[in-house]
Amino acid sequence: MSVQTWTWILVGVTFALYFGIAIWARAGSTKEFYVAGGGVSPLANGMATAADWMSAASFISMAGLISFAGYDGSVFLMGWTGGYVLLALLLAPYLRKFGKFTVPDFIGDRYYSNTARTVAVICALIVSFTYVAGQMRGVGIVFSQFLQVDINLGVIIGMSVVLVFAFLGGMKGITYTQVAQYCVLIFAFMVPAFFISMQMTGNIIPQIGMGGEIESGTYLLDKLDTLHTELGFNEYTSGTKSTWDVFAITLALMVGTAGLPHVIVRFFTVPKVKDARKSAGLALLFIAILYTTAPAIAVFSRTNLIETVSNKEYEQIPVWFKNWENTGLIAWSDKNGDGKIQYVAGDALVGKPKYIHARGAHGERLVSNANSEANELYVDKDIMVLANPEIANLPNWVIALVAAGGLAAALSTAAGLLLVISTSISHDLIKKQLKPNISEKGELLAARISIIVAIIIAGLFGIYPPGFVAAVVALAFGLAAASFFPAIILGIFDKRMNKQGAVAGMIVGITLMLIYMIVYKTGLWMVFDPLPKSEWWFGTSPEGFGTIAMLVNVVVSIVVSRLTAAPPKEVQDLVENIRIPSGAGEASSH
Amino acid sequence: MSDKLKRAKAYWKENLRYLLILLSIWFVVSYGCGILFSEELNQFRLGGFKLGFWFAQQGSIYVFVILIFVYVRLMNKLDKKYGFDE
Repeated sequence: MSVQTWTWILVGVTFALYFGIAIWARAGSTKEFYVAGGGVSPLANGMATAADWMSAASFISMAGLISFAGYDGSVFLMGWTGGYVLLALLLAPYLRKFGKFTVPDFIGDRYYSNTARTVAVICALIVSFTYVAGQMRGVGIVFSQFLQVDINLGVIIGMSVVLVFAFLGGMKGITYTQVAQYCVLIFAFMVPAFFISMQMTGNIIPQIGMGGEIESGTYLLDKLDTLHTELGFNEYTSGTKSTWDVFAITLALMVGTAGLPHVIVRFFTVPKVKDARKSAGLALLFIAILYTTAPAIAVFSRTNLIETVSNKEYEQIPVWFKNWENTGLIAWSDKNGDGKIQYVAGDALVGKPKYIHARGAHGERLVSNANSEANELYVDKDIMVLANPEIANLPNWVIALVAAGGLAAALSTAAGLLLVISTSISHDLIKKQLKPNISEKGELLAARISIIVAIIIAGLFGIYPPGFVAAVVALAFGLAAASFFPAIILGIFDKRMNKQGAVAGMIVGITLMLIYMIVYKTGLWMVFDPLPKSEWWFGTSPEGFGTIAMLVNVVVSIVVSRLTAAPPKEVQDLVENIRIPSGAGEASSH
Repeated sequence: MSDKLKRAKAYWKENLRYLLILLSIWFVVSYGCGILFSEELNQFRLGGFKLGFWFAQQGSIYVFVILIFVYVRLMNKLDKKYGFDE
């Protein structure tokens, strides 16, 4: 059977499974809609958290990103896993004991203030929307790459699927679909990895194969370092970023992970405090399976790529190369006219390939934006996961699996984020502020309407991606680090922290982060371009600036709180209460 | 009631001590071995891996997982010791 047929079958079967679960897990109350009734087992919650967390970017782009960045790619590996240690030790158990529905709930009650609640809602919306736009685009890309469906139609199909299980089941439907999606995505990620590891190193476990020997008796990583040096790249195992910047980016990603509302809210769904701790551990275990495999795939595919293309005649190149050239993820420009592919350090083109409708002497697609550097090859980083099974000559069903896995990763994350957005509106804004005496039924209806609106907005972002989206998705972590994380941690560990301190800290933190982002990363449309690297504060990249903004938030919060009145007695009692695990059941009855 | 308060205080103190120890390990493996001293550690090898590179792309993640499960065990015991378990 062809890849196309296999892909339709696998995507069809997995979608049918998600629909089946959605109908089985309909939500009847707001508690079921917001936190799945608080009765999810730690194992199921661990899987759901892992699927929620691992997005289209983790599944499709991360291995490729590491493949091209080498050691520098470690920031993502450590940054996106280490945050779970903070989450498990510093946040999850206490927030579970507090036992309401959302992060703004905690901020609003702990800081006895609707201003604090509103600031938290705004932060949650900014963080979640920047994040969800990328997911919808990811769904569209998977559809267009594997099924030759128009990218916009792909986005619309993805939206409709999320709509069904999120609308019907809320958190309950999402949780159990995410469990299924985790199984699909991890299977789809691991199967090609086992095959390739076996082929290249003779060891089926990629984590071990990565450090193994290749036929010639030399270590794979040493071979790759040598190849890199020969072609003028940096050694694969050493980095180019400054140590401080690697430090800052890793910390911003870790703290940001622990502060992302769609991750935190997952820990409200388990029955007890000890379940919250355990499910954080299980979540990280499930995530680690993918996150320790990705760097191995990066090494395998990097070596494979260089060996397959470097100094080879274009006309002799395998067919996958030409297939991906046709979809626009590869471009070759024969600058020195020798008919061979020279792949060396440096950019081959100015930006992304701009194809002209003509073929060159060897049948390659011509581009109009080649530069004068020696490198002749442009390779999109996403290709490392998408094309890996083809490069390694794996069976068609394995290639099709990657499509189903990519869709599972994108849909599960999108669903989690959309729920946070709709909860922020129906619960934190309508129920808690605008219409406190709204009925249970009315609130549930409001939640369902806002999820539809959120899906439509997210879909529009996917169809008409504003230029800044790609640039700011990575910064969503910086925003979360600069706003929520300090307010929650201080709320638990500093009894003296009061509303003035927390509100001032959150506002200063997120504003500082936004300003730095605009000045050094995105620029302001029509007004000014982003300032260059040489102007960065202490050499900190915008991705790493979340670390500084977070520290500023902490300092501002502490100073302001010490200059103003202590929080009232009942809030201090609340803090005492969440520090002790027993009685989480009663605390959650709303 | 005052007994419960006393127990709560002692419980919290022990909890903070655990956190301090576990988070120090968290910091040392990732920021220490994986970032600040990775160059130095790269002189040593673990099979085909340079050690600093291994910590940055593999080792730190394994340690993170272990740390959380150690924490879960420690806290379950602590909950029992002070009678706060459910």
